[in-house]
Amino acid sequence: MKTSWPDILFFAIVCGIALGAALRVVLSKNAVHSALMLALTLFSVAVIFIAQSAPFLAAVQMIVYAGAVVVLFLFVIMLLGVDKNEDLRETLRGQRPAALGLALLFAVGTVGVIRLYGSGAPQAEAIALGADNVQLIADALFTTYLYAFEITAAPLLVAAIAAVVLAKRERPAKSLSESREDGSA
Amino acid sequence: MNVPTNAYLIFSALLFAIGMAGFMIRRNVIVMFMCVELMLNAVNVAFVTFARSFGDVAGQVIVFFVMVIAAVEVVVGLAIIVAIYRRRESVSADDASVMKG
Amino acid sequence: MGKWVFLIPALPAAGAALLLMTRRIREPLAGWLATALVGGSFALSVAAALEVAKAHGDERRMVVSLGEWIAAGKFRAGFDFLVDPLSIVMILVVTGVGTLIHLYSIGYMHGDPRFSRFFAYLNLFAASMLVLVLGNNMILMFLGWEGVGLCSYLLISFWFEKDTAAAAGKKAFVTNRVGDFGFILGTLLLFANAGTLTILGGPGGGLLSAAPAMLTSGTITVATLLLFLGATGKSAQLPLLVWLPDAMEGPTPVSALIHAATMVTAGVYMIARLGPVFSAAPATMWVIATVGAITALVAATIALVQTDLKKVLAYSTISQLGFMFAAVGVGAFAMGIFHLVTHAFFKALLFLGAGSVMHAMNNTVDMRNFGALRKKMAVTWATWAVGWLAIVGIPPLAGFFSKDAILAADFEHGSAGKAIWLLLSLTAFLTSVYMSRATYLTFLGKARWSESEYHPHESPKTMTIPLIVLAGAAVLAGLLGVPKILPVLAHWLEPSVGEVHEPFGATQIVLLVIATVLAVAGIFVARAIWMGKNASERGDLLARLPGGASLYRFFENGWGIDPLYRLLFVKGGTAVAGALKWIDTKVIDGAVNGVARLVRGGGSEASKAQTGYVRNYALGVALGALLLIGGFVLVQIVTGG
Repeated sequence: MKTSWPDILFFAIVCGIALGAALRVVLSKNAVHSALMLALTLFSVAVIFIAQSAPFLAAVQMIVYAGAVVVLFLFVIMLLGVDKNEDLRETLRGQRPAALGLALLFAVGTVGVIRLYGSGAPQAEAIALGADNVQLIADALFTTYLYAFEITAAPLLVAAIAAVVLAKRERPAKSLSESREDGSA
Repeated sequence: MNVPTNAYLIFSALLFAIGMAGFMIRRNVIVMFMCVELMLNAVNVAFVTFARSFGDVAGQVIVFFVMVIAAVEVVVGLAIIVAIYRRRESVSADDASVMKG
Repeated sequence: MGKWVFLIPALPAAGAALLLMTRRIREPLAGWLATALVGGSFALSVAAALEVAKAHGDERRMVVSLGEWIAAGKFRAGFDFLVDPLSIVMILVVTGVGTLIHLYSIGYMHGDPRFSRFFAYLNLFAASMLVLVLGNNMILMFLGWEGVGLCSYLLISFWFEKDTAAAAGKKAFVTNRVGDFGFILGTLLLFANAGTLTILGGPGGGLLSAAPAMLTSGTITVATLLLFLGATGKSAQLPLLVWLPDAMEGPTPVSALIHAATMVTAGVYMIARLGPVFSAAPATMWVIATVGAITALVAATIALVQTDLKKVLAYSTISQLGFMFAAVGVGAFAMGIFHLVTHAFFKALLFLGAGSVMHAMNNTVDMRNFGALRKKMAVTWATWAVGWLAIVGIPPLAGFFSKDAILAADFEHGSAGKAIWLLLSLTAFLTSVYMSRATYLTFLGKARWSESEYHPHESPKTMTIPLIVLAGAAVLAGLLGVPKILPVLAHWLEPSVGEVHEPFGATQIVLLVIATVLAVAGIFVARAIWMGKNASERGDLLARLPGGASLYRFFENGWGIDPLYRLLFVKGGTAVAGALKWIDTKVIDGAVNGVARLVRGGGSEASKAQTGYVRNYALGVALGALLLIGGFVLVQIVTGG
């Protein structure tokens, strides 16, 4: 199948939005802006999922990531009251050049590897991932990956309890032994 | 959509590199967390791409699990951030450096 | 012979265990208990002696087996006791003299804060000595051998608060270790070649018959020489005599029991016990006789110049032990044992007498501060006089017969024997001189102490009764060995030591006369020097002779043996220890500390990489990811992908 230019154009726009938003996540002085830009990146990735015949994942991406996760970020930012502009000047000597150097090298390295060993050909549309996507994933989840799926329940539960325990405000000026005595009394 | 597989992978690589750079550059732990999410998404894109090019739904299933764990991670991570903030009145990663050798 | 024989060592052992385990038994009960137990052993020993006396010939040697002790491969060592005329004599002496000295100690140790412990040690000593004597294998004998060594150490340094006493104990122990090393090696050599350590009975008939039959003359010479090294340690002969004079730091009853009557004679007993083995090594026998004779003379010369009453007796003991070795060295085991018995009586008597004097004189031992004690301590003086005349060899006291038996036995053995006889006769003369000197300085002459400072008095009954009994024994013991007429002991010992050859004729009578004349002459010489008008405080003729002063000092220094050992072993040992300490601190510790310093230094350097900044660590993760990509590319290139 031949490469179609409108497709490539669409892809380029989405990628540009995603990468630009990702850069804004990193570069925004205000954490609230970062969170909003993160939401935009996650939307763009959801679009890419749809283009990649994964509508179910795109939906989950929108609901869980762009919805719940980003909202949670914003919630914490507001709760802690750190929605002010911050100083982006680096304080650790040599940290920024090293970080940028390494990230750049990583980008060059991975892109190089993809160019060298990856496939330059357009994607085959051999499988109908799009049409019965939800059934396919459901089949896999509840047969092949059933145990893994069920085990995810454990981290979810742990996370819920952990969040409660960690975020609970300790009563001030009381040592552990005293609170124990309270409990017994 | 007829875009070369490599294009998706390169997009994934660049997104990952941005997340990586952000994690190392930013001091604010909340933003650092967002950068982790960026990297996870980059990997998810790569998985979905491979799922399509190999015609195997397993890649999408793994993305599903990654999302679950990512959600868990965000919950716990943000709770830790809240706890640390209570103690230190700061969300700067550089302030938590008592493990200095 | 019944199994009750085991009670002979077991009674005092039980006493020791009881006194060591409970602190409830105090003075004077502890003393009476200990005395009663050793007395019980004595009674049982008498019963055993009567039973042996009833048997005839070889049946007099009985082995009482109490069961297996060590069984490894073909090696067997049992709790076997050998009851024969020889061991009967020894157990009678050990328990008899032991009982008297226990009794004496009740008075002597009166008021000592460790009264009970003293008797525990004494009982333990008696038990060990009895095991040594009765043991029918070398291992059991060695058990007793080490046991008496331990007790000797404990009792010499009994007053360990005194540095000299503590040091003397250590010296005795260490010197004995040198001898024990010989004993062990000799024992192992016997076992390696004869295949048994049982003395009598068992496979091959025991060591007494197996060793002479199975060992080559060279091996048996080496083995017996090694055993004799053990004997020189225990019996304080050259070259290991240095510990016994120092051992006088212990309480006087200890000196009397352990360092005069019993333990120090263990070497003589051991050689007599293994008589057939030693007889099979003529070279060793001559070494023993020569060492004995030379030690006797050397010790006598040293005794001549001592000012410490107990040291005179200590050197005298060494000298008399030399006599015994000179006897067993020519195969005259019966004579050696005879002298051992008489010596046990009169030397224990002399030591106890010295103890009585010290008791009266506030523990002073310097004879220069004595004099004229005869009037103050009648019983002590009378009994001392018996002991003095006995050791000097005035007929018919014990020493006369036993010493002359040895002199006659040595005279029989060719020209070398005659040389030994000459040495011993000279020693006998010196013995007479130094013992008379001690007597004159202590009991006779003018008082050299002030009435205001000292209040000499006679000792309590518990002390004088043993003196009287021992004095009686010193008078009568000689009758056990009147040559020709009444050779009781020699005849008695024959099943154990073989037929005793004791000629008696004109030659022997001449020798008797010579010895007696020498003894009497010695007394008169001493009287002339230390009782005469010119008798000064020091009163030493020797020091006034031309060149005598240096000779005097030479004797006083114990022929320079102690300084030589100090230079050789103490200084040498300290130097070696110093070198080892240097190696330990610099090389070994240096290596250990060096490794530690290296690790610590490396750690503190490496810990600098731990900045504590999460973002710094992230750099490391990124670097790792890059390396993975690099590695992937490298693998692809290498595999031609």
